[in-house]
Amino acid sequence: MIGWGKRRLRKLPVCTAALAPLLLLAGCAVFTHGFLAPAGPIAAAERHELFVVSAILILVIGPVLLLTPLFAWYYRISNTKSVYRPQWQFSWILEGLIWVPPTMIVILLAVFLWENTERLDPYRPLSPSLPPLQIQAVSLDWKWLFIYPEQHIASVNQLILPAGRPVHFSLTSGTVMQSFLLPRLAGQIFVMAGMTTQLNLAVSQPGSYWGENAQFSGDGFPRQKFQVIGVSPDAFGRWVTTQQKAPGRLDDKEYQNLSRQSIIAHPMTFGTVEPDLFAKIVNQEITPGYLLQHKEAKSHE
Amino acid sequence: MSSAMGVLHILAGKMTLDSLFFVKVWHNPTISEVIAGGAGGLVVLGAIVTFGLITLLGKWRYIWTEWMTSLDHKKIGIMYMILAVIMLSRALIEAMLMRVQQAVAVDHPGLLSPDHFGQLFTTHGTIMIFFVAMPLLAGLINFAMPLQIGARDVAFPYMNSISLWMTVGGGILLMASLVFGEFSTGGWSGYPPYTELAFNGGVGPDYWIWAVTLSSVGAMLTGINFAVTIYKFRSPGMRWMRLPLFTWTSFCTAILMIFAMPPLTVATLLLAADRYLGMHFFTNALGGNMMNFVNLFWLFGHPEVYILILPAFGVYSEVVATFSAKALYGYTSLVIATVVITLLSFTVWLHHFFTMGQSAPINAAFGIATMAIGIPTGVKIYNWIWTMFRGEVRFTTPMLFSLAFMVTFVLGGATGIILATPPVDFMVHNTLFLVAHFHNMLIPGTLYGMIAGYYYWFPKAFGFRLSEAWGRIAFVCWVLGFYLAFMPLYVLGLAGAARRTQEFFDPAYRPWLIIALLGALLIGAGFLSLAIQLWVSIKARHANSVPVGDPWDAWGLEWSIPAPPPEYNFAVLPHVGGRDAFYWRKKNNTAYKPADRYHDIEMPKHSMCGVVVGLATTACFFGLVWHMWWLAFAGFAVTVGTVIARSFMRDVTEIIPAAEVEAHHRHWLEMATASLPIPRPLELTPENEGLAKCPK
Amino acid sequence: MSEVREPELRHAGLNLADKPREVREQLESDVFGFWVFLMSDAVIFALLFSIYGTMESATAGGPVPQHEFKISSAFWETALLLTSSFAYGMVSLSLKHTRRLVWPALWLGVTFCLGAGFLNLEVHDFLTMFHDGATPERSGYFSSFFVLVGTHGLHVFSGLTWILLMGVQMALFGLDQRTRINLIRLGLFWHFLDIIWVVIFSVVYLGALAR
Repeated sequence: MIGWGKRRLRKLPVCTAALAPLLLLAGCAVFTHGFLAPAGPIAAAERHELFVVSAILILVIGPVLLLTPLFAWYYRISNTKSVYRPQWQFSWILEGLIWVPPTMIVILLAVFLWENTERLDPYRPLSPSLPPLQIQAVSLDWKWLFIYPEQHIASVNQLILPAGRPVHFSLTSGTVMQSFLLPRLAGQIFVMAGMTTQLNLAVSQPGSYWGENAQFSGDGFPRQKFQVIGVSPDAFGRWVTTQQKAPGRLDDKEYQNLSRQSIIAHPMTFGTVEPDLFAKIVNQEITPGYLLQHKEAKSHE
Repeated sequence: MSSAMGVLHILAGKMTLDSLFFVKVWHNPTISEVIAGGAGGLVVLGAIVTFGLITLLGKWRYIWTEWMTSLDHKKIGIMYMILAVIMLSRALIEAMLMRVQQAVAVDHPGLLSPDHFGQLFTTHGTIMIFFVAMPLLAGLINFAMPLQIGARDVAFPYMNSISLWMTVGGGILLMASLVFGEFSTGGWSGYPPYTELAFNGGVGPDYWIWAVTLSSVGAMLTGINFAVTIYKFRSPGMRWMRLPLFTWTSFCTAILMIFAMPPLTVATLLLAADRYLGMHFFTNALGGNMMNFVNLFWLFGHPEVYILILPAFGVYSEVVATFSAKALYGYTSLVIATVVITLLSFTVWLHHFFTMGQSAPINAAFGIATMAIGIPTGVKIYNWIWTMFRGEVRFTTPMLFSLAFMVTFVLGGATGIILATPPVDFMVHNTLFLVAHFHNMLIPGTLYGMIAGYYYWFPKAFGFRLSEAWGRIAFVCWVLGFYLAFMPLYVLGLAGAARRTQEFFDPAYRPWLIIALLGALLIGAGFLSLAIQLWVSIKARHANSVPVGDPWDAWGLEWSIPAPPPEYNFAVLPHVGGRDAFYWRKKNNTAYKPADRYHDIEMPKHSMCGVVVGLATTACFFGLVWHMWWLAFAGFAVTVGTVIARSFMRDVTEIIPAAEVEAHHRHWLEMATASLPIPRPLELTPENEGLAKCPK
Repeated sequence: MSEVREPELRHAGLNLADKPREVREQLESDVFGFWVFLMSDAVIFALLFSIYGTMESATAGGPVPQHEFKISSAFWETALLLTSSFAYGMVSLSLKHTRRLVWPALWLGVTFCLGAGFLNLEVHDFLTMFHDGATPERSGYFSSFFVLVGTHGLHVFSGLTWILLMGVQMALFGLDQRTRINLIRLGLFWHFLDIIWVVIFSVVYLGALAR
């Protein structure tokens, strides 16, 4: 590891100079990996809001960006043509210009914000008629557990969603506070032990997306990411049927194992799930695995 | 044998040989541990070299009697700045290390272990906020504010010394964590339950708790001190609406400190109650509720943002007016804006956690309140712009930093409005976008201001000007470095890159991270340029000396006295007849006139009580970190004992006789008469002796 | 109006009328600074109260306040502390009207005894609750209860220590300026604790009864 670090570091400047244009080109891919390339109605609406707010803000920052260099340069001391009035310090017209337009812009933004915050409330169901797919998500150290309560199946670090159908998440944490973020699908919501939060979203098109925990939670945090796969409703139905036949039962014991602090290399699935497991996790009725780990470590000493 | 071990256990608490930095490297010689051990070694080496040099030069008595025990607000201010610079050097190195790590750790573990990386972002944030920004502003206010209002000292000089040494103590705890044990990995905000015993049983979170507690108590006392000073110790005629803008922002900062530091103290002490006494305030189990911590922390944290930014706003108001050679445009507007910001800053804390599941109306209300703060802030920017209008602008280093601030800060303000929109915040919260945003506010909004203030008042404090050439080099490095380091983070944040991440897996991040690294290195060069500037300037101090004390042709009272000022500041307390008091005195040719009568001046005697209280509290907290209960108890006993003993002392002031004051004053007046008045375009030449030529 | 603003009326007990202006200003700002400190302290209590409020139902299946609180004891504590505040009022008045040491010292002693009585009752209550298993480790509710009421108790304890120290200082220095200033500040502190206790009694003890 030491050798790698040294070798790579010495090469770094040379590499950068030679590969800079190529690298930058590769860097442009970030625009299609996140928020700027939404793949669902919620993320699209949130991006739209970003654009509108940014456009309005140009009105605010534009004059500052223009006037600051302009005045500083024009009234430089070496410019003898500019007027000098050391005691000029007030003008009602200017005061009006300074206070009123920003206030109007903020009022405009506020109205816009109020409506959109209501509309994009993560707790708000997407469609009044179409019943959403229910998913219960549990954050663990350092992985995500997804329970499909109506289908009685569960998966870890892999989220299969039917495209075009609203999805409703109930979320809790089996460990410290974490934050559930699906960059191309919907904004984040905190998950906390002993309580549930909710999130509504939908996937527009079949495809492969990703999700992560955005709140630092310890050593395995950078790897606490998962695949999100959007599939057609038919394919989703087939996937559920296959999974239901698969072995593996998620019960108290298995959950306890799962909630140990660990990073798992590959996604896991469970063909059956104990019915009230999520409620038990929320009510903290199962001793979490990390506490067992502490005890084992102590008795080891 | 076992009884000997028992005694050792009582003495050392939780500390074992494995807690020492070099033992850790020995056991586990990875590159990450070697870097951590190297940092510990640097701390020890630095301490040895410093102590050795002082001993070798025989300067202990001088440092003890002239500095450490001094209750002079100017010296206390300077000591705050020294603390800040030492801590800044560490936090900057940490920032560069993190940038190196992220630049090489795309699809690769990189140089630093996850735990080490966690400590780095935690100490970087904790240091930058509590032990760089806070001491910088406390130092500047301490130095300049009493001079601006025509006071001889702050209201409570002894308490001022306690505040300083408590803050120093917090810095010592942070440095100690490099040598003994480790620091928290929970980020500067230290959210439980991650920082609870169930998840972090080590000493890291305890170091964080006690270092932050020291800083918050010190800052609260400082706030009381500043507020009472401005309220009660203004010189005759210095009415509220005649106060210099920096004093106004200091006053608002002080008010914020008084009301916003207690929530932090409560948050850290309740977390300590959980960790030490097994209580359940923020635990997962038995009724604990971590949301209370989040609310407490940001109830402090948001006003804190304005504690950090308002003093810099004050500096910009002084600097822009002085180097435009013009009265500040819209004084009343600026004061109103400052007060409005102060009040509003208590109404927006929830925007730090829009994502915690509140109802939409609550989020929207706090989002709108946040945007409302943008109005007075924008007003301030326009006030500075219109101050330059019809002025004579000189592009000195502080002015350059002020201009860079205005342009950069509005960009940060704009991203702040974006973040204040809850639906957008859902997407970019906890990502590098957020990191970019608050650096975009705090680097121009605090650090540039502090650098500008440092350059601006340095000649007043030490009697000579700083090198302009190196100032400009530093300026270029800081500004360019800032844009390179933080603009890529906005892009990465939009791409969903979570903050505090030790390893990335998307190769598309790499180029952006490399640009950010280059920016961080450039910022490091900027810091180095400031160090060189100081060195070069000290060597050239005779050529650049400005003993008369008014090198920039400025208009505040602080420029009407010698540089450096005498201990009592003003030979005779000035009578103020209007705003910009010194401007009118220069204009009417009454600036350099002897007084009709001189009086005896009563000043506080030096006292070691402040040092003892601050350092004993630190020892107590170090004992608490390591469960060395004897040390905790001893530190506590010394603290309380000293406070009590001091209350029994009656002979705490000394008299400076009128004759001595008069002699000093007349000597300075003679110097002023003998000096050549310098017009503004020549202020950066060695001819400048601190006497400005009053134009027209 | 101008008469009301005379310094000696602003701070009863300082007897400042005959002092020069700078001394008056210094002494006044000493007292003013303590007011500001108390504001900061009030913020701390306000926060502890709000945390207590959010934790009221967090008994986690353990003991509940209705069974643990003894209202009669809380009532006597209230009576003792209120009376002690009255006694401190007498300290201030005697400072104002006599130059002799004996009356302030006597009333200070009364304040001390009443305060110590309060603390004694409170500690006794706490111990009984511990015995019942209502400890701060048991639930979030009792954590917040003991920290809120205990912080007040710690304040009372430091107030008592301060009273003792002032007694010693009065014996050593008589009623000099510094002693007077500190007696005034101590008075502010003591009355402040009284106000906090009234809120604790109403919110915590009566609140639990009303549930």
